[in-house]
Amino acid sequence: MQLESQAARPEIVHTEEQALLLAGAQDLFSKRWDFAAVRRTMATSTGFDAALYREFAQLGWLGLALPATYGGSEMSVASLVNVMEPMGRALHASPLLGSTLAGQALLRAGTEAQKQAWLPRLVSGEAIATVAITEPSGSFDVSRIQATAVRQGANLALSGTKTFVLDAQGADAVLVAVRYEGTLALLLLTREQLAARATPEVLIDETRRSARVKLDGLLVPTSALLDGGDAEEALKHVERVAWLLLSAEMAGGAEGVFQLTLEYLKTRKQFGKLIGGYQALKHPMVDIMCAIESGRSLLYYAATVFDGDPAERDRALRMAKAQLGETFTHAADRSVQFHGAIGFTYECHAQLFFRRAQWLQYTFGDSVHHRKQLAAAMW
Amino acid sequence: MTTEPTAAELEDFRREVRAWLAQHAPKKPAWKLPDSFMEVGTQQQFEYLRDWQAKVYAAGYLGMTWPKEYGGGGKSSALQHIVSSEMARARVPFMVNVIGLSWAGPTILKLGSHEQKLRYVPKILSGEEIWCQGFSEPENGSDLANAQTTAVRDGDEYVLTGTKTWTSLGANAHHMILLARTDKTAPSKYQGLSFFLAPMRVPNVRTEPIRKMTGEHGFTETHFEGARVSRDCLLGQEGEGWMVALTTLAFERGAEGGQAGGLAMVPLRVEQIVEFAKTVELDGRPAIEDPLVRDQLVRFLIEERGLELSQRRARIASLVQPRPYAIPMMSKLIVTELRRRLCAFAVSLQGANANLYVGDPNGWSDGDYQRGYMNAFSATIGGGTSQIQANIIGERVLGLAKG
Repeated sequence: MQLESQAARPEIVHTEEQALLLAGAQDLFSKRWDFAAVRRTMATSTGFDAALYREFAQLGWLGLALPATYGGSEMSVASLVNVMEPMGRALHASPLLGSTLAGQALLRAGTEAQKQAWLPRLVSGEAIATVAITEPSGSFDVSRIQATAVRQGANLALSGTKTFVLDAQGADAVLVAVRYEGTLALLLLTREQLAARATPEVLIDETRRSARVKLDGLLVPTSALLDGGDAEEALKHVERVAWLLLSAEMAGGAEGVFQLTLEYLKTRKQFGKLIGGYQALKHPMVDIMCAIESGRSLLYYAATVFDGDPAERDRALRMAKAQLGETFTHAADRSVQFHGAIGFTYECHAQLFFRRAQWLQYTFGDSVHHRKQLAAAMW
Repeated sequence: MTTEPTAAELEDFRREVRAWLAQHAPKKPAWKLPDSFMEVGTQQQFEYLRDWQAKVYAAGYLGMTWPKEYGGGGKSSALQHIVSSEMARARVPFMVNVIGLSWAGPTILKLGSHEQKLRYVPKILSGEEIWCQGFSEPENGSDLANAQTTAVRDGDEYVLTGTKTWTSLGANAHHMILLARTDKTAPSKYQGLSFFLAPMRVPNVRTEPIRKMTGEHGFTETHFEGARVSRDCLLGQEGEGWMVALTTLAFERGAEGGQAGGLAMVPLRVEQIVEFAKTVELDGRPAIEDPLVRDQLVRFLIEERGLELSQRRARIASLVQPRPYAIPMMSKLIVTELRRRLCAFAVSLQGANANLYVGDPNGWSDGDYQRGYMNAFSATIGGGTSQIQANIIGERVLGLAKG
């Protein structure tokens, strides 16, 4: 029953160092994070556990894919998967995602001064940063970005609105994607510059924090521009890192909600029988398992080729995001249903995964969007 | 143990195989070739395929990992993988003796006596002796362990009585792996079974062709009417038949490795359907331009790639937790269902012409997908239906209660 294997396609790689990272992260979340912690933390205004975040810094997770010059661990972007997957499984949320994306933007396009000013502080957890890409149109296509910077002497006059700016209220720096002189550019705006411009959004995923940020009328010095590299290329890199990290989070989340459902099917009895014995529940669980296994394979492969051939890399990333988006949302959807009436309650943890799955699906491109892009690239 | 070849050696070997296939691949016949051993319906098809297998074996490309003393190559499985993948790439015919190569042979190698291995294995590889399987019975399909065919001991022989069905290659086979009841009084249905390497060409064995839903002949019903077989035909001990059968099923479903290699069936690649979608027209333009068609094709590509990548991931211990056996256990279910859906989709691309079948000169692709769709059920049903597979995975891999 073997399909033709593609000789030219690289083998999936998981180094010993990555295996250790994965085991460490799994261990940390199994011991230090549970549903009570999720619910406690999501009720706070910042939405994250600052003490645990400092531990991430000590473990080197905040600079995994950054050079040692800036305090990073000099592993690859791929290595982040080993942290994000267990995080997703534990329903954890922290500024790690936004700060990692911002750090990658700075690394690719920041000036040396910007990198030195920010990267070591992001790695140590002293500062947090985030990215502002999405706009009110809701489009996943960065070529449709409307926010604009216009030069006025030594300043840039900004206009437009950014949405879904992760952890915007707590962020010390926000990397904003704008149109500038006929191309896409990235600006580094500080907490002070954005004061009173962020309005918290009411998100479906209550474990996350984000805000809508109004740029109209903002005047910032031109030194806010990231012009140490190709900003448009850096923005695309940030998108790719996001596809990979969110895919990892979705793979973890899908497994988390799958285990939650499985547990219920193994303990709940009706008509005198464990309900997991009924094929109407058993068979869809097997289908979900198959989808998770397949999604994980796509994910680890995308991580493996992240620094490889660009066409293969993009294809692998989009396939992983497209597949896992549907897998996680479906696994969470079925978890609610298979829990019966209790699944419909706020108290049941299925809703936490359900909401998380929705958020992940519609962040950085949903399944349909990525399939459309895949088709466009091929045919 | 064999030494593992280096990457450079593997690349050299791949080139060698590719060159050999380019030179020796059999010429496409004027008549239709079957896509799998379950579709072999005529003597002409059978002989063509058997000759091809003999040629591949003679070149040293079959049974490469099997022990030399039993006709194998005693080499690394990496080499056999290369042969199989190059065969798929070259789209050459499959190995017709697949029941021998992939199910019976590995079972004999694992559980058989030295004499049995010597007697049967070399001829499985060369294709001189064809094998079929006698598990299912008219009244016992999914519930295999309930087999009612009896084997009664009489001196140095057993007397076989009963009917086996859905016997692929039944008309061509020399031997059958057969599950029969040796003890009707055993405390459970599992304990009364024994496993035989039964000869087909002895008195009182009769095969009757069965017509498949396609109208073609593909398998037989096989009647044992007091056929006498030697005691030496017993594989394992009397009463151990269920354990042996489970071993065979693990090989059959791909949950365990050790098959002789070569293609078991002509693979259907999504790329083939993509090419088809470029040629077929829907409402005056190539089907590939239709947004819904594109979306579905991408979905298929993702599924196919996920499957292939899973085969590779299965070898990486740090990436298979918490279900190390999930991937080998799920592959039969996914591969066969994907093929069925791919065929159905290819049919759907043809508009009203979807109703033209094999033989009509105006059909797309000579009705191949229409027939392929029907034939695809042979694999979603045979070897344990998809629903039985889902039960097995649900119970053994996920630990859910039995229904």
